[in-house]
Amino acid sequence: MLALDRVSKTYPNGVQALARFSAEIRQGEIIAIIGGSGCGKSTLLRAIAGLDRASSGAVTLDSEAINSPHAKIGIIFQEPRLLPWLSVADNIGFGLADLPAAERREKVARALERVGLADKAQAWPRELSGGQAQRVAIARALVPQPEVLLLDEPFSALDAFTRRDLQDHLLDLWADTRPTLILVTHDVDEAVVLADRVLVMRPRPGRLFDQIEINLGRPRDRNSPLFENFKRSVLTSLDRSLDRSVPDRDATQGPGQAMWW
Amino acid sequence: MISDAPVLQQTSEPAESAAAPSRLSRYVRPMLGILLPLALALGWELVVWLGWSNGRLVPPPSRVLATIAELARSGELVRHIAATLWRVGLGFAFGVIAGTLFGAISGYWSLARRLFDPTVQALRAIPSLAWVPLFILWLGIFETSKIALIAVGVFFPVYLGVMGAILSVDRKIVEVGHTFRLSGFAMIRRILLPAVLPAYVVSLRVGLGLGWMFVVAAELIGASEGLGYLLLDGQQLGKPAQILAAIVIFAILGKLTDWLIEVGAAPFLRWQDAFGRAKGA
Repeated sequence: MLALDRVSKTYPNGVQALARFSAEIRQGEIIAIIGGSGCGKSTLLRAIAGLDRASSGAVTLDSEAINSPHAKIGIIFQEPRLLPWLSVADNIGFGLADLPAAERREKVARALERVGLADKAQAWPRELSGGQAQRVAIARALVPQPEVLLLDEPFSALDAFTRRDLQDHLLDLWADTRPTLILVTHDVDEAVVLADRVLVMRPRPGRLFDQIEINLGRPRDRNSPLFENFKRSVLTSLDRSLDRSVPDRDATQGPGQAMWW
Repeated sequence: MISDAPVLQQTSEPAESAAAPSRLSRYVRPMLGILLPLALALGWELVVWLGWSNGRLVPPPSRVLATIAELARSGELVRHIAATLWRVGLGFAFGVIAGTLFGAISGYWSLARRLFDPTVQALRAIPSLAWVPLFILWLGIFETSKIALIAVGVFFPVYLGVMGAILSVDRKIVEVGHTFRLSGFAMIRRILLPAVLPAYVVSLRVGLGLGWMFVVAAELIGASEGLGYLLLDGQQLGKPAQILAAIVIFAILGKLTDWLIEVGAAPFLRWQDAFGRAKGA
């Protein structure tokens, strides 16, 4: 279980990016965090990743405090961020440096197979398309088998078709070891396709505004009326989150109850 | 010198009609650089041969070549070249090791940079030849002081190149290192040094150039062998052909060692996605 307890972040210039964000995330749950720009989504993700320290509050994974990058927590960024001087295979194996070479090779080969890039093992990152590069980044993050995988708008730079393809692919990979996924996104469609629970954040300062359980089985049909309903309730909540006159809704309210008005 | 192989693979479909001229130009293109010096040499040879100049102070290429041949026959040439190469090689090695180490440390740890860098920059501002008297007093007139002088000359461009390049490594790439819990020397070795490798090669080449500069200075100051000694000997005995011979050999050796760095580094830089690559060698 990943617990966020009143996590706040104030930058040195006085901007409060995140205010008392609390949430409990079960092992294996898929969470989408959505919100207007400047609502502290990325700040929150970086705090969970241990890349930035929270000004106050605590992030704990199975009651272990997270203050710096942790072996059980992986992260995928908006850009693939592959190391251009390593082959695709070596990029995927980057986090496995401590393993014996044979074991590493085997794991990398399996991961390459799994993301459908076995023929690109020896290619340089510059030879990959955007979608392929992001798949390598996903493989690199998953190969050390993290318990929590953070994704910071991982598909936002891709075209619609590739994005859809990778969303399905991500779910497929997730099913292998079922890590907790925490996905920051701008895309309501993406949030509803992937998440068990959508957390809507409210900007200035960033805080939790609403949460919506997506009670849909998988695989999800993007065209079903139910899917549309969930999309609408997320959109509604998102709209309300940007309206300053609306008070924060208590996060205890049930799933999918945001009103469409 | 970067291999054309990937480029050829990509263009393999238009087949041999495209590959043939590129194979030809692979041999022809490097030859273009030799045209100008060759024309100048032949021109001067002709001028002296026609009697328009006696070529006493500027001997024609044939006389310079004869001098080189003569030095080579007596075994002198090998001895001088070996002495100079040894000094440059050793000085370069020490300079590069120290420059890389300190450059990496100053680039990575900001505290180290604040502590050391101002001092290093101040030392850099001293014309390196100003060290000569001190080095001779400290280290004697023989090899040690010469090698130290060369190492000092090589140190600064390498130090500056490594530090500057590390400071400008993409933060996002460094963050990838952080997420895999790299820090200290692991971060330097696995992320920072590979990232700065292209810039590092450039600073090695600059450093080597300075190494050749300083070996001449060191050998002019006092040596009984070495190409610098040949220069001095030629001046004192009025043998311009010998001076030119030494200069020609410096040019050849300088170019050759520079080329060695380039060729040696090329396999490690194949990953680059850069402007220079796209145009081929």
